[in-house]
Amino acid sequence: MLLITCPYCCTARPESEFRYSGEAHIARPLEPATVSDDDWAAFLYMRTNPKGLHAERWRHIHGCGRFFNALRNTVTDQILKTYPAGTPRPGLGAPAEGGR
Amino acid sequence: MRFSLFSLARQALGGHARWPAQWRSPEPKAAYDAVIVGGGGHGLGTAYYLAKEHGLRNIAVVEKGWLGGGNTGRNTTIIRSNYLWEESEAIYELSVKLWETLSDELNYNVMYSPRGVMMLAHTIHDIQVFKRHVHANRLAGIDNEWLTPEAAKDFCPPLNISPKLRYPVLGAALQRRGGTARHDAVAWGYARAASALGVDIIENAEVTAIRRDASGAVEGVETTRGVIKAKKVGVVAAGHTSVLMGMAGVRMPLESYPLQALVSEPVKPVLPCVVMSNTVHAYVSQSDKGELVIGAGTDVYTSYSQTGGLHVSAHTLDAICDLFPTFRRMRMMRNWGGIVDVTPDRSPIIGLTPVPGLYVNCGWGTGGFKATPGSAFVFAATMAHGEPHPIAAPFSLERFTTGRLIDEAAAAAVAH
Repeated sequence: MLLITCPYCCTARPESEFRYSGEAHIARPLEPATVSDDDWAAFLYMRTNPKGLHAERWRHIHGCGRFFNALRNTVTDQILKTYPAGTPRPGLGAPAEGGR
Repeated sequence: MRFSLFSLARQALGGHARWPAQWRSPEPKAAYDAVIVGGGGHGLGTAYYLAKEHGLRNIAVVEKGWLGGGNTGRNTTIIRSNYLWEESEAIYELSVKLWETLSDELNYNVMYSPRGVMMLAHTIHDIQVFKRHVHANRLAGIDNEWLTPEAAKDFCPPLNISPKLRYPVLGAALQRRGGTARHDAVAWGYARAASALGVDIIENAEVTAIRRDASGAVEGVETTRGVIKAKKVGVVAAGHTSVLMGMAGVRMPLESYPLQALVSEPVKPVLPCVVMSNTVHAYVSQSDKGELVIGAGTDVYTSYSQTGGLHVSAHTLDAICDLFPTFRRMRMMRNWGGIVDVTPDRSPIIGLTPVPGLYVNCGWGTGGFKATPGSAFVFAATMAHGEPHPIAAPFSLERFTTGRLIDEAAAAAVAH
């Protein structure tokens, strides 16, 4: 069970208080009507799925109820940093490209 | 060497000291007609069918570790074909039919045991969903029948059908041709048969890059044992598919999750069939060694750690203790995790990719073992002809763009 620090509650709580919400920093297209099928597929389904650092969304569902992001190593499961939703990915290591 | 009563007797007289190696371990050649990346059941089976059905003998399987050391050796070995949609029924039923004759085909005992797979219903919703599956399967000519709780207990005596349970058993769907097989034997059997047909099986060779020529087409792979050229490369790498496809610049609709399994201490035969329940999440069968083989769920987050949270295993044991009170004092001996590649619609991806010469067979998620022969058979045909086998065609990567998804979330027996 992971221990996760909610950046709003500022305390480490067990994973069972949280809900995982997938890869972070995937922006919904602003004008859906103009988006091509390929771009919709990329937005809806294509994922980086890196072996290494992964920026991901979590929600403190049994706490403050708010979404936030975490930077986690998917090989060791260590969480390096959590940060509020809407803020950019912290500069810890290079962002993963195409599954790397 | 062909296995037979005669060869067994002769080796027994020799004290079993002179059995030859089951497959060759050659040095990799500089080039092959085709290279399969991934030495699990699906990859080795693909090589076997490429050689046997399509006459491609100059091929290699490269594996970063040892054969069957990934999900082939980590799953709970359940075989069934009771899926909902026609596309899925076609491929899983092809697999079951191949399982039925696989030991003869490979001259290797894969210990296929059609002991019956029983899926329990605990709610009205379960009953409706399972009956829909039963009827859909019947229309497709696939055996699947509805059992009352009493009939379920007749088929599986240790099952607790007390109405006092928090989630009582309200019925079950039974596929009698479903069952189990021996996971290692599948990998070893395909490896042995493929090697005999001339396929080079290269272990301890991790692919570090996929090479493409000026036109963008595949021209080979770089491995920790050197560069291997090939015009056709098939990626059959389960949880690591995103990593490998990333080397060719292709993003995949996959997420890799740890899926756990565990086994109990061995006991005398007590559980005659496979029992699974989505709602309370129990998933159990008994191996020929006597261990209860238990499948737990996936962790909620993506990971490549090949381990999972203890609370995930504990959750499934809670359910099993309710359904089988007689197991309550059994001890669990080992648990482990495998990394499963899950697609958005819980159906696999088999076919061509945007990169010419690069093929992929992935996305089997939590249920790939049962499909091993069928998956390998249609993927080999796809690689040989450069176009999808008719059964593989619906499982193309393009379906995520066209929207023709094959939603089998309800057919998966594992919570994820």
